[in-house]
Amino acid sequence: MYTQALDSPAPEARPGSSGGQAALERRFEERIERDEKIEPKDWMPDAYRQTLIRQISQHAHSEIVGMLPEGNWITRAPSLRRKAVLIAKVQDEGGHGMYLYSAAETLGIARAELLEQLLDGRAKYSSIFNYPTLTWADVGAIGWLVDGAAIMNQIPICRCSYGPYARAMVRICKEESFHQRQGFEIMLALARGTGEQRAMAQDALNRWWWPSIMMFGPSDATSTHTAQSMRWRIKRFTNDELRQKFIDVTVPQAEFLGLKIPDPALRRDEISQHYLTGPIDWSEFKAVLQGNGPCNHERLQARRTAHEAGRWVREAAAAYAAKHGGRGAQPRSAAHIASPRAEAPCHE
Amino acid sequence: MSSPSAEARFRYILRLADTSLILGQRLGEWVGHAPALEEDLGLANIALDLIGQARLLLAYAGEIEGRGRDEDALAFLRDAPEFRNVSLAEQPNCDFGQTIVRQALLDAWQLGLYEALVGSADARLGEIAAKAVKETRYHLRFSAGWLVRLGDGTAESHARVAQGLEALWRFTDELLAPDALDEEMAAAGIAPSPDALRLRWEERIGAVLEEAKLERPAASPYPWHGKRGVHTEHLGHMLGEMQHLPRTFPDAAW
Repeated sequence: MYTQALDSPAPEARPGSSGGQAALERRFEERIERDEKIEPKDWMPDAYRQTLIRQISQHAHSEIVGMLPEGNWITRAPSLRRKAVLIAKVQDEGGHGMYLYSAAETLGIARAELLEQLLDGRAKYSSIFNYPTLTWADVGAIGWLVDGAAIMNQIPICRCSYGPYARAMVRICKEESFHQRQGFEIMLALARGTGEQRAMAQDALNRWWWPSIMMFGPSDATSTHTAQSMRWRIKRFTNDELRQKFIDVTVPQAEFLGLKIPDPALRRDEISQHYLTGPIDWSEFKAVLQGNGPCNHERLQARRTAHEAGRWVREAAAAYAAKHGGRGAQPRSAAHIASPRAEAPCHE
Repeated sequence: MSSPSAEARFRYILRLADTSLILGQRLGEWVGHAPALEEDLGLANIALDLIGQARLLLAYAGEIEGRGRDEDALAFLRDAPEFRNVSLAEQPNCDFGQTIVRQALLDAWQLGLYEALVGSADARLGEIAAKAVKETRYHLRFSAGWLVRLGDGTAESHARVAQGLEALWRFTDELLAPDALDEEMAAAGIAPSPDALRLRWEERIGAVLEEAKLERPAASPYPWHGKRGVHTEHLGHMLGEMQHLPRTFPDAAW
C-alpha cells in the first residue's frame, strides 16, 4: 500500500548548508547525482534522514492500518479459496509493514516510537484506508484500484536513493502486483456474475475511483515539496505524472470489465493519447486527511484497542525473557519441536 | 479389517475438516487486531494453514459422499447440526490468552492425529496428513511457546491463561474419548488408536503445562458432542457470519 505524503518532508527538516557541513553535503549531493545508493552508516543531511523517516514510517503505518478494511471481510469471504487468498494478502501487508519499520529503524528510530506516533495521531497513514469496505466487491476494488495505484507509486521507489528503502520496495512491489491481479480477478468474477454481483462491482467502483486517484497526492501545481524529494531521488515522478499513468492503465480495464468510471467528464484526448478526467474534489481529500473521513475514527481506534489489549501480552513476553536469559529466551515447549519453516513469524 | 461404509468415512473426515475450518475461521477474526505485528502474522499464518487443510479434507469428503458437493457447498451450505468439528474449536477467541490455550490444546491433538494419519489405510487421507503434520508442528510450536511465556510471565498473564484453561478444559474430553465412529475407523486402520492418541496428547500437554507453571484443571464430567453435530451456541453465530454471502446469493459464483 501507499502513503499519499511522499512529497511532504518534516517541517522542521529543511536542508541546511551552514559551517563545516558544506563539504559533506556537496559530497552527498554528488553521490545522489551519480545514482549511488545511500546506506545507513553513510553521512546524510538531517533533512534527508527526517524526510525518509517520515515517508517510510507513513508507508509502514499505511500497511498496518490497511490490514483493517480488508481484514473486515476475512470472516465473510464467499468461498474458501477467496478466504485463503484474502488472509494471505492481509498477512503480506503485515509483512510489508515489518520490512518498512525495519528500513525506518536503519535511520535511527525505534519501531516502538514510530508506533506511538501512529497511535497518538502525530503520524499519518494513507487516507485511502479511511474509507469503509461495505460489500465483498470492495475487497476486489481495493486490490484492483488501491493496489494498482500503489504499484504506480512504488515501482519508482525501488530506485530510491536510500538503499534499505529501495530494497524493501523491490520485494513489496512483487507482492503488490499479485494483489492487484487478485483484486482484478475478484472484479472479473463479479462483472461476469449475476446482475446483483455486477451492481455490487459498479457500486464499489463508484465509491473507490475518486479516492484511488487522489492517492497520488495533491496536483503538482499545489505540491510544494515534490522538487526537493525529486532532487534527492527519493521521488522520481511527480504526483500528476503518476496519476495520469494510473488513469491511462485503469480506464481500459474498467471497460474490459464492463463497468463505468464515475466521471461524466472523462474523455480520451486524441492528441496527447491520455484519458482526461473531470476536476478532482480536493476538499474531500483534505477533509479525510484532517481526520474527518468516514473511518478515521474507527481505524485509529482499532489500532489503539489492539495495542492496549495486547499490553499484558507484551509485558508477559518481556518478563519471561528477563527470567530466562534475555530476549532470545525460548520456552522448551517451543524449542523441542523442530520448525520445518525457515522463517517463524513469532518472537523467537 | 472391516471396511467402513462411505457414509461413515464421510462423517469421520468431516470431523477433521470442520475442526480445521472452524478453528481457522476463529483465528481469522484476529487478523489486524493481535497484540503485536509478529503475532498478527503468526495467527494469520496458522489460520491460512487450517483453511488449506479444511479445503483438502472437504473436497475429499465431498468425493466420498458422491452427491456432487464441493468444498464450498460443504463449508457454506450446511447448517450447524451438520458440522462435525469438536466443540473446542468453535469457542470464542476472548483474549489472546484464551485463544492461545484453545490453540495449544487443539494443536497437540491435531498433531497426534496427523502424525498417525500419515500411515492411514486411507492413502488419500495419509497424503493430506503428511502435509498437515508439518504445519501443525509449527502451530504447536507457536501456541505452546506462547502458553509458556504467558503462564510463566507476569502475575496478570498467569492469571489470565489459568482462567482460560479453566474455561476450556471441559471441552478436552471430547477430543480424547472415542465414540463408535472413532472406534470403527481405528479398527479399520484409517484412524489412530484412541488410546495412543490420548497418550500423545497427555504427554505433550502435560509437558507444556508444567513448563508454563499451570495446573491441570480437574476433569469435568459433561460430554460435549460437537463431533456428532451437537454444538455450543457459538457455532450458529459463526456460521451466520461466514455463510452469509453464498446464502444471500445462492446463484452466484465468486
